[in-house]
Amino acid sequence: MTDSQWPLWEVFTQGATGEPFEHAGSVHAADAEQALQNARDVYARRGEAVNLWVVPSTAIVASAPSDAGPFFEPGNDKAYRHPQFYKVPKGVKVF
Amino acid sequence: MTPTSAAPTAEDARVAAFEARIAAGESIEPKDWMPERYRKQLIRMMSQHAHSEVVGMLPEGNWITRAPSLRRKMSLIAKVQDEGGHGLYIYCGAETLGVDRHDLVEQLLNGTAKYSSIFNYPTLSWADMGVIGWLVDGAAIVNQTILAKTSYGPYARAMIRICKEENFHKRQGYEIVTTLARGTPAQRAMVQDAVNRFWWPSLMMFGPSDTDSPNSGELLRWKVKRKTNDELRQRFVNLTIPQVQAVELTVPDPDLHYDATSGNWEFGAIDWTEFNQVIRGNGPCNKERLDARRAAHEDGQWVREAATAYAEKHASRATEAA
Ligand SMILES: [Fe+2]
Ligand SMILES: [Fe+2]
Repeated sequence: MTDSQWPLWEVFTQGATGEPFEHAGSVHAADAEQALQNARDVYARRGEAVNLWVVPSTAIVASAPSDAGPFFEPGNDKAYRHPQFYKVPKGVKVF
Repeated sequence: MTPTSAAPTAEDARVAAFEARIAAGESIEPKDWMPERYRKQLIRMMSQHAHSEVVGMLPEGNWITRAPSLRRKMSLIAKVQDEGGHGLYIYCGAETLGVDRHDLVEQLLNGTAKYSSIFNYPTLSWADMGVIGWLVDGAAIVNQTILAKTSYGPYARAMIRICKEENFHKRQGYEIVTTLARGTPAQRAMVQDAVNRFWWPSLMMFGPSDTDSPNSGELLRWKVKRKTNDELRQRFVNLTIPQVQAVELTVPDPDLHYDATSGNWEFGAIDWTEFNQVIRGNGPCNKERLDARRAAHEDGQWVREAATAYAEKHASRATEAA
């Protein structure tokens, strides 16, 4: 008896128009159309989403947690990218 | 450390770094390094939890066709569907630890997996639907609210999603209980009987007492668990007794009393022999539940085959067209 659990798809939901898509979880499905239907039944039973994305799990490329330090390092020591880095005359409202 | 033990290994250093992250309140994510034992314990807990959601559909599913009104029927169908969804959230979380859902389902069907002992009790009357929603889902909420802060990210996120849905389960149950408790003498007797049967099994849902819970220490240290079984059980009793009193029902415990110093409702001794019997497969409905689960799985075979065939047909048409 064949009993495949089908490929895995990652599900992303958008809670309201204008909001970013957020990872909700995953579903197994034979194809994209069925993945969308399963994702709706599993992750949007109470109006949690106005839009859904399903992506084959194998298509996701992720950064490796083991070298998270060096990988994100270039962004960590650049204080001049933040507004607080800059001095303004006392009493002046800049924002 | 004994004098004969070797110098700290790379593994020791990794464990130390892992435990430091946990101590600092960080979440562990699927691709992070984790001790094999942490992975194993989580797979065990999450698969048992997922199985419990799935088997939990059966005692209530029994009553869908016999619900006393359309309103009750709609609620019950929605609740049972939610439980199926809960099973899927947690299986999907468990898969991030490198197990295959197929294998987990297989373990459930061949009877080697454990699931919550509560679902091996029969649902004899409509009042059981009320009492299960109220007490069983109520106990699950106490447990899952704490699990929402567990150290493994995917498990915690699944719990947050589940907790949002459980409140509906509990309220619809308590509404049934209230309606029956305020109904005819026969309805009152029926709901009291359901409470009498489900009270102790609900307290057992929190698992063995702390003095007899071998895994607890490690799970607490790794913040997989955030409270002990006994702490959670006490919290549940404290929350529930006022709800029992509000509908003028009683629980079958002559030793129950309020302790003003601790602020706890102290309860009598739990029959752990019964608990162990049910866990070992000798409960009133263990066989019936597994048979029903296997039949459902086999009856669904043609649907799975049809979906696969449909996907293959569409894929081949797309290639032909290209
Ligand atoms: Fe549930
Ligand atoms: Fe529930």
